[in-house]
Amino acid sequence: MTLETKGISKYIGKKSILNDCSIKIKPGCFTAVVGPNGAGKTTLLKSLSGEDKPSTGKIVMNYKPLDDYQGKELAINRAILPQQTIVNFPFTVEQVIEIGRYPHNTSRTENEAIIQEVMRQTALERFSGRIYQTLSGGEKQRVQMARVMAQLHHETDLTKYLLLDEPTSSLDLAQQHALLSIAKDLCGSNIGVLAVLHDLNLALQYADEILFLKLGQTVAYGKSEEVVTEETIEDTFSYPVTLLENQGRKIIVPKYFKENFSAKTKQIAYEHSN
Amino acid sequence: MMDYKAATLNIGRHTFALYAMSGMLVLLIIASLAVGAVAISPVEVLALFGNKMGLVETVDATQSIVLFDIRLPRVLFTVCIGMALGMSGAALQGLFRNPLVEPGIIGVSSGAAFGAVVVIIFIGGIAPTLIDTLSSWLLPLFAFGGALVATFFTLKIGNYEGRTKVTYVILAGVAVSAFASAIIGLSIFYADDQQLRTFTFWTLGDLSVATWDKLYILFPIIGLSCVGLIKLAGPLNAMALGESEAFHSGVSVERVKLIIILLSALVVGTSVAFAGIIGFIGLVVPHIVRVGLSPDHELVLPASAIGGAALLLAADILARTIVTPAELPIGVVTAAIGTPFFIYLLINSKKKRLI
Repeated sequence: MTLETKGISKYIGKKSILNDCSIKIKPGCFTAVVGPNGAGKTTLLKSLSGEDKPSTGKIVMNYKPLDDYQGKELAINRAILPQQTIVNFPFTVEQVIEIGRYPHNTSRTENEAIIQEVMRQTALERFSGRIYQTLSGGEKQRVQMARVMAQLHHETDLTKYLLLDEPTSSLDLAQQHALLSIAKDLCGSNIGVLAVLHDLNLALQYADEILFLKLGQTVAYGKSEEVVTEETIEDTFSYPVTLLENQGRKIIVPKYFKENFSAKTKQIAYEHSN
Repeated sequence: MMDYKAATLNIGRHTFALYAMSGMLVLLIIASLAVGAVAISPVEVLALFGNKMGLVETVDATQSIVLFDIRLPRVLFTVCIGMALGMSGAALQGLFRNPLVEPGIIGVSSGAAFGAVVVIIFIGGIAPTLIDTLSSWLLPLFAFGGALVATFFTLKIGNYEGRTKVTYVILAGVAVSAFASAIIGLSIFYADDQQLRTFTFWTLGDLSVATWDKLYILFPIIGLSCVGLIKLAGPLNAMALGESEAFHSGVSVERVKLIIILLSALVVGTSVAFAGIIGFIGLVVPHIVRVGLSPDHELVLPASAIGGAALLLAADILARTIVTPAELPIGVVTAAIGTPFFIYLLINSKKKRLI
């Protein structure tokens, strides 16, 4: 069972935002989507979530077209963690997590138990009863993670999907890894994860498969170890990089820096960004 | 920081809060029935009700007439309108994710005022005899019509590619209200002193127009709409995270938005049509409930209805007693009580970073 797009394209007016994109999210697999700004990453995620319809192409979730799902039926099998979530009312941490239980018909007692469980999994016990608005950015994001975990919390033979939209962009180093490890752990037997990531090194560390997007076109897509090359990254981001290896792990650094960060680099960056 | 632990998992606590508030409302109803020119003590009020049910035998006939023909319809009328304003305020604040929204934001009140001005100044000017005979029905009818037309335009302008865009709805509400105000201003320019006085008093609200006939219309509309709104508590909680997040959680966002705006317009339109513009209830009451008890809409919606009714009843008691035998306009009293309390809440929640 997968959540997959079959050659989807999206146009706004005549402008092509996403072009003939095919991606397959599989259970137990962490897929990362990377690419420069305007590559169509958000459009792809919105299409996968059902929030925005592609202009052409099909999306199928667990053998059934995405369009055929009703609101709640869709919500119990796929959840989305946004970049950041602002709540204008003084909801407590538990109340925010409880919103994840909206699509389920479980009793309040069951919901409470599930809320406690996901709070334990995300190490949020000490924030019990706190007002969401008073938390820091990283803590808020962890609460949202707990909420989407509560949303996917039910017994089913179907594969469930978790989509993350640049989830780490406002987090510090430790928080970034804390959040992505939770996602990686979730990515077990019957959950597939897709994350739009800005940081290539994070993608390299966590993703099993990576999709490189540029201006709506797929540059490369496949297993991380196979697709990640200096050429692919340079093609995608229009910026020269060097791939280093340290204790079997790949690290991406800019090709030119400090001593030779010269007018030449600036010129390359400038030319490519146009 | 307060201990919010009890508020987090919210069964039990809600029921208790709602029962407590209902009890308070019943006490206020009895007090309101007892207050007035003809002295009827709370005990006598209960005795009179006992008499209606065949439990108590001898009662004062005058008291009975005053209670059942004048005070009871007025009290129930006040309760209905307070509920309508409180709950629609809560629902719209939840929908717009903004604690400073009041029901007038979708243009309903201005639209109704426009309808009222047409009746008072133009129809009243052309056919003063007609207005005398039909005044109690013509005014509400036109006010309600005005409210509906304004809401229709607000929704129409606020629509973008088949979706109701909340920012556009708010701006459209501002535009519709501004346009209605312009026409109202123009009408006032042509009004004579008496018409001006009538209109000004209408904009300050008036609960003395209550009759059983009006209640028969008011009660089912407001009662059913309130039940409809309470059912949307779950979706409204999800909407607090944002429209996308609500959709991701399985809420039919477009349908929920439309139902809330239409039901709110219906109850506010009906209330304003019969009782004129009564401010502050829809703004202050949901806010008090949210900060004082819990922001969970399963509590906020019913509690705002009960609280709205209670606050309006209390204001009505004051309005009837402060300057007896005359009566203060109800809008003056609600604003006078509401504003200082609201300022206190604002300062308080600013300190706790709750807004």
